[in-house]
Amino acid sequence: MILASTLTTNLAILVLAGFIGFVVISKVPNTLHTPLMSGTNAIHGIVLLGGLLIVGLSGNGTFNKIILVIAIAFGTINVVGGFLVTDRMLEMFKSKPKQPAEKAGAGAPPDEHGGGDAK
Amino acid sequence: MILASSFLQEQSFLDVLYIIAFALFIQGLRGLSGPTTAVRGNRIAAVGMLIAVVATLLNKHEGNWGLIVLGVALGTAVGVPAARQVKMTAMPQMVALFNGVGGGAVFLISWSEFRLTHGYSGVATYITVFSLFAAIVGSVSFWGSNIAFGKLQEIIPGRPISLGGAQQIVNLVLLILAVAAAIDIAAGDHSQGIFIGLLVSAALLGNAVVLPIGGADMPVVISMLNAFTGLSAAATGIALNNTALIVAGMIVGASGSILTNLMAVAMNRSIPAIIAGGFGGGGAVAGAEGAGEHAGAVKSTSAADAAIQLAYASRVVIVPGYGMAVAQAQHAVRELTKELEKRGVEVSYAIHPVAGRMPGHMNVLLAEADVPYDQLKEMDEANPEFQRTDVSLVIGANDVTNPAAKNTPSSPIYGMPILEVADSHSVIVIKRSMNPGFAGIENELYYDPKTAMLFGDAKTAVTEITAELAEL
Repeated sequence: MILASTLTTNLAILVLAGFIGFVVISKVPNTLHTPLMSGTNAIHGIVLLGGLLIVGLSGNGTFNKIILVIAIAFGTINVVGGFLVTDRMLEMFKSKPKQPAEKAGAGAPPDEHGGGDAK
Repeated sequence: MILASSFLQEQSFLDVLYIIAFALFIQGLRGLSGPTTAVRGNRIAAVGMLIAVVATLLNKHEGNWGLIVLGVALGTAVGVPAARQVKMTAMPQMVALFNGVGGGAVFLISWSEFRLTHGYSGVATYITVFSLFAAIVGSVSFWGSNIAFGKLQEIIPGRPISLGGAQQIVNLVLLILAVAAAIDIAAGDHSQGIFIGLLVSAALLGNAVVLPIGGADMPVVISMLNAFTGLSAAATGIALNNTALIVAGMIVGASGSILTNLMAVAMNRSIPAIIAGGFGGGGAVAGAEGAGEHAGAVKSTSAADAAIQLAYASRVVIVPGYGMAVAQAQHAVRELTKELEKRGVEVSYAIHPVAGRMPGHMNVLLAEADVPYDQLKEMDEANPEFQRTDVSLVIGANDVTNPAAKNTPSSPIYGMPILEVADSHSVIVIKRSMNPGFAGIENELYYDPKTAMLFGDAKTAVTEITAELAEL
């Protein structure tokens, strides 16, 4: 009955995690919807672990190795890309303290232009 | 390995690392839902991910390091530059793409499990069931996200592509085929052909579900597919008996569902209506009626006239929308603002919560162009001020300014909160053409006598106005 107890334990974890997910994201300001979506998107890149676990098992044929490498690459893109993109998005929101300097420099436009694209 | 038999490889130590990892995910997500804690929250979650990956690599069954390094290197080589270089305007499709590859990883993992166990022989039924669930949902998410990417990137037309009434039947048939294949495999069929059939039906289903959905609903769809990928990751976790996967996947599944619902509410849309793709159809009918009523009443203007109108205003409100994003016009808009401010015009920006393709899209773009934060007004703050606004400059925004949402109960967008641009003394709309917006409905605002249309690309038009202003 070991299998059954693994299943029930995992189901319990699943249900509790679901409730946590609901509670944590109860109130989010509209402006944060996109970064939040992007951040949760990065977290499900954790499927990468699945690829890492299976590739370590013995008995994988050539075709399996190929699809597992692709799966690991996909998972890595999801994780690395997801967190980086979210970070870039959120950095944009942090420019609040710049306002005083901004008002003073109203007559000098040229230096502003390239700033955003260079990032 | 040197670490062999060290405590670092004990299962309970690895479990502790997993517990630390998902505690960090939860803490990170909590941070992500508040404006001041968001950056840190994202980084906390990233640290959690690093710990989870390291814990998995410490696992004593781990091997095939060459393949792992190859996969991770490939993923990093693609993911890092993509994330670094993507334009802020292309962010929504980037998220769709990252979500898609996550779904892709899920179904490939299920497939490799199937092959490794020779069709799940000798595997507990519940493991088979969760693995098959992951395969179906992962495949739907992969293909659906790719279609969403294609639509937002304008590789595929953004308008709904649908089989009409037959669409629902086709979707249902594809779903039944995928589930039937899964039942067959779970009942003991070891044929790989059936498994591939399952993947193909799910792939077609992913295409068939997203293709009929219009561009305007895409953010909600991406969020929904994001939740799907989370659920499929949790299912993979149960199949592999891996706690970190279960917790992280399920948290994303749950929070993603809530987020999807919040987005749909902000757009006054119901999720079943979006999935049914009914918006495009109903909207087209309403649009045709609207066009009939108003035809010929549109007034168009030139950059020079618009410049004069703006120069002699004392208060201007800029209403940005997807047109600004797609034309990369945010820097040009910032220049126009500066030129107006030099003349003593008071300028602010009115940001609709769902302007653009994703909530918060406009804030990100304008922040990129260094627009001071205090000039950005949210809808509730902006609406009462339109009455004392001389000129509202609408740049590529459409549905979020449509008075039909307030005045026309039969309109599909009736009840959606809008920016009450029509209250201002005059309105200039910069728009590429008279084509309706993503909701596919006609905008009454354009036929209002105080509205002037300036047709053209947002960036070109704004740059021209700025040039004309400088010469005044």
